[in-house]
Amino acid sequence: MTSEHKRTLCRIASAVVLTVAALFLRIEGMPRLAAFCVPYLIAGYDVLWGALRNIIRGQVFDERFLMTVATVGAFAVGEYPEAAGVMIFYQIGELFQSIAVGRSRRSIAELMDIRPDHAVVLRGDEEITVSPDEVSAGETIIVRPGERVPLDGEIISGATAVDSSALTGESLPVEKNTGDMIYSGSVNLTGLIRVRTTGEYGESTVAGILELVSDASDRKSRTESFITRFARWYTPCVVAGAVLLALIPPLAFSQPWGDWIRRALIFLMVSCPCALVVSVPLTFFGGIGCASRRGILVKGAEYIETLAKTDTVVFDKTGTLTKGVFKVNAVHPNEISADSLLDIAAAAESHSNHPVGASIVAAHGGHIDNSRIGFIREISGKGIEAEIDGEVYTVGNGTLMDDSGAEWHQCHLTGTVIHVARGSRYLGHIVISDAVKPDSAQAVAELRKLGITRTVMLTGDGEKAAQAAAAETGVDEYRSQLLPAGKVSAVEELISEGRKTAFVGDGINDAPVLARADVGIAMGALGSDAAIESADVVLMDDSPSKLPAAIRIARRTMSIVKQNIVFSLVVKAAILLLAALGKTDMWVAVFGDVGVMIITVLNSARAMLKTR
Amino acid sequence: MKKTFKLERLDCANCAAKMETAISAIDGVISARVNFMMQRLTIEADESVFDEVLKKAEKAIARVEPDCRISF
Repeated sequence: MTSEHKRTLCRIASAVVLTVAALFLRIEGMPRLAAFCVPYLIAGYDVLWGALRNIIRGQVFDERFLMTVATVGAFAVGEYPEAAGVMIFYQIGELFQSIAVGRSRRSIAELMDIRPDHAVVLRGDEEITVSPDEVSAGETIIVRPGERVPLDGEIISGATAVDSSALTGESLPVEKNTGDMIYSGSVNLTGLIRVRTTGEYGESTVAGILELVSDASDRKSRTESFITRFARWYTPCVVAGAVLLALIPPLAFSQPWGDWIRRALIFLMVSCPCALVVSVPLTFFGGIGCASRRGILVKGAEYIETLAKTDTVVFDKTGTLTKGVFKVNAVHPNEISADSLLDIAAAAESHSNHPVGASIVAAHGGHIDNSRIGFIREISGKGIEAEIDGEVYTVGNGTLMDDSGAEWHQCHLTGTVIHVARGSRYLGHIVISDAVKPDSAQAVAELRKLGITRTVMLTGDGEKAAQAAAAETGVDEYRSQLLPAGKVSAVEELISEGRKTAFVGDGINDAPVLARADVGIAMGALGSDAAIESADVVLMDDSPSKLPAAIRIARRTMSIVKQNIVFSLVVKAAILLLAALGKTDMWVAVFGDVGVMIITVLNSARAMLKTR
Repeated sequence: MKKTFKLERLDCANCAAKMETAISAIDGVISARVNFMMQRLTIEADESVFDEVLKKAEKAIARVEPDCRISF
């Protein structure tokens, strides 16, 4: 509570005491009015002052102005205790709201308190402590145990364990050795390390995350825009209703003025849509905060909405459901030796950044002389054509073999099979396999439990590898041998069937699919700017079980939003109806305004709580 | 040009929505967003008129919520 909150609380408390005292005083007429005016003014002088200022500026539908009219009106019709009480409760509500919003803002700020405050940089022989902004790329920084890593970089000496829970939500320490990348925002636990920075602070992981999370609440959800539009109409309509209610029955049907004015004043008391307008962004904010604590970065409230409605999840296979770490399992040569087959394939793949290519180069192990290579041409979705030692080879899948007219054959092993041909002469194949992640099957099962009716796996790999991975993970269906464009059209097909489709990929090769899906989710984004850029939801680490967690958080957030909307609309509508019929009093109206707001704000706070 | 400012004493969500509508209506503003939770104002406007837009935005904010101001 700030000192301002404390002052308001004191005012409210003394106003309550004075109002209760006034209730017991046996006085009538002007002294009684004065006895209630004192607590009324103590509690609400700033409201009256604000109302006056705003009416001069022409803001008629300002909530303070409406509250002022309602309470002054209550005095006018002789309901003094109600007038003072309404003002006091209004102030209690405002105070409560201010404290709740402030607390929620602070807890998000704490959550995001991963900004490193200094860096120890080695310049010459001197260790200088500077702000992370002042370190440039390529400098050497020293990170001691217990310190937060200030910038992204590569460890050049030392070995340690780091806690990257602030980034990924995963609290298990990760071993890091010389040569490994280390990310800003993680905490160095055990050993002193020297790190060569790979970029400036502005482009570091921690700066990227902070920017993303604070920008997230800039994007309005559809619900929020709807509520804002609704609020714009609600207040004028209710005020108009109040005016009609106060004027028409007495003028047209010679009804008593006092009674109808009283009903009109109740209208004014519930004319503020505050409960709705405050609780919706508060809930989304809490939901986004809760998710980011788990290493799930949601780029805007609208994606919480989409995620909650998702009924179809499409996975990319490699790197998403599987580890994406390929290993050469078998080399089956035809006509030539196994070593020379591997040598040709490795030379052809030597410039490839695809994990399959990297595994072949790794299996080869030796040095590949660049001068042996004439040209390398990548054939999208099929493989590579390369000139090696003066001869043209094709290295890739079965389709590529068909294209080059080589007589190839299937392999009995499952995995990705890379065939090699010289011209139309088939030289054999290399089998590469990739292990399914340990929690993939569990994640798919959990999604099914959450009511995701279709899980689809897409892959550019061959039928056999796809089938094996699909069986192991338990996805409902799979499509194999897809070109990048084929993945886009597979997702488009699901969307055109009216399904809310989420696509989960590693964000490196599948940016177009991420963009096309209703919600694009990039996984294992730690250290990958491209993934963070192209996705709507970013899972910082690469465990698929984060996905059901994300959907669960989104659904809970949406259900809180809906509860709040329905609850406040129903209560307000009921009070308006009862007031028009003359069946309610001002105390109930105060509950309709302040009580509803407090309940919805408390309910919103649940969005921030931890889930399973 | 897009610029973000901190808003001080932005206490009411409904006012934030009103400010956003008012600022969006200012001539030369391409887009405006008042973020109640982050207490931030983001204005996108043409660079040549930005200072002028900002002055008008300050006025619009004061009209809705006299206590609220942009902190520089």
